[in-house]
Amino acid sequence: MSLWEYANPVKFIRTTDKVLPWVWALTGICLLTGLVWGFFFTPDDFRQGSTVKIIYIHVPSALMAINAWLMMLVASLIWIVRRHHVSALAARAAAPVGAVMTMIALATGAFWGQPMWGTWWAWDPRLTSFLILFLFYLGYMALWEAIENDDTAADLTSILCLVGSVFAVLSRYAVNFWNQGLHQGATLSLDKEENISDVFWLPLLVCIAGFVLLFIALVFLRTQTEIRARRTRALLAREGQA
Amino acid sequence: MPELGKYAFAVLSSYGVTIVLLSVIVLASVRRARKVRAALDEIESRRGS
Repeated sequence: MSLWEYANPVKFIRTTDKVLPWVWALTGICLLTGLVWGFFFTPDDFRQGSTVKIIYIHVPSALMAINAWLMMLVASLIWIVRRHHVSALAARAAAPVGAVMTMIALATGAFWGQPMWGTWWAWDPRLTSFLILFLFYLGYMALWEAIENDDTAADLTSILCLVGSVFAVLSRYAVNFWNQGLHQGATLSLDKEENISDVFWLPLLVCIAGFVLLFIALVFLRTQTEIRARRTRALLAREGQA
Repeated sequence: MPELGKYAFAVLSSYGVTIVLLSVIVLASVRRARKVRAALDEIESRRGS
């Protein structure tokens, strides 16, 4: 069986219809467990106090903000190279979800920054690149809406996605490029010495799993919708011609 | 409810904003999915009849 079979819209809808209830259920379980565990049953940090609880939403949302764009990049490249409509529509479907994730990361970062840094916002490399990434999400969605022809829209938004990928990568590595920023380094590290304590790390991992699953569930559902909307437009156009 | 101390506003606002934004994207996605599906079903049944 080839992965490209799922580029067939009917096959995609049939398969995701079967998988979606399980993904939604797992999303609910992971999000509920992770957030309740993190919010109610973890201690305060000796330096950050109770604001450490923000980590359970800030880190997963920031992670998904970047990875959603990278998923859109892969889908756009598939569209450019192989012209599979489902991949272009999947990229379109993922954009609003990625934008919401970026908004959550920016908002929770501001709520955390005010008591910890003494400011809601700083023109720090990571914060600034995240803001630019958010603007790219808005521009990407606006471009899809602005162009009537689906194929032309897919072409142009794919190019925009390629350009925006620079900022998605920059958002991830900005703290490593410039040391003068306020934002600290990676929260999760394979280095035991650098990584956060297990009491925070384990519920955080469950929350990350929940956010990843939520993203998958929403992208599946929204891609199905985009496929159906495209078919509806095609049928209406045919009726108009008849 | 855990004791959040002087950071209660920051923590509760963060969770509040997150719950609202996630609810909006989930509900909007489900609502549009139903609407588009119904519209397509209607057109297909019209063409079939």
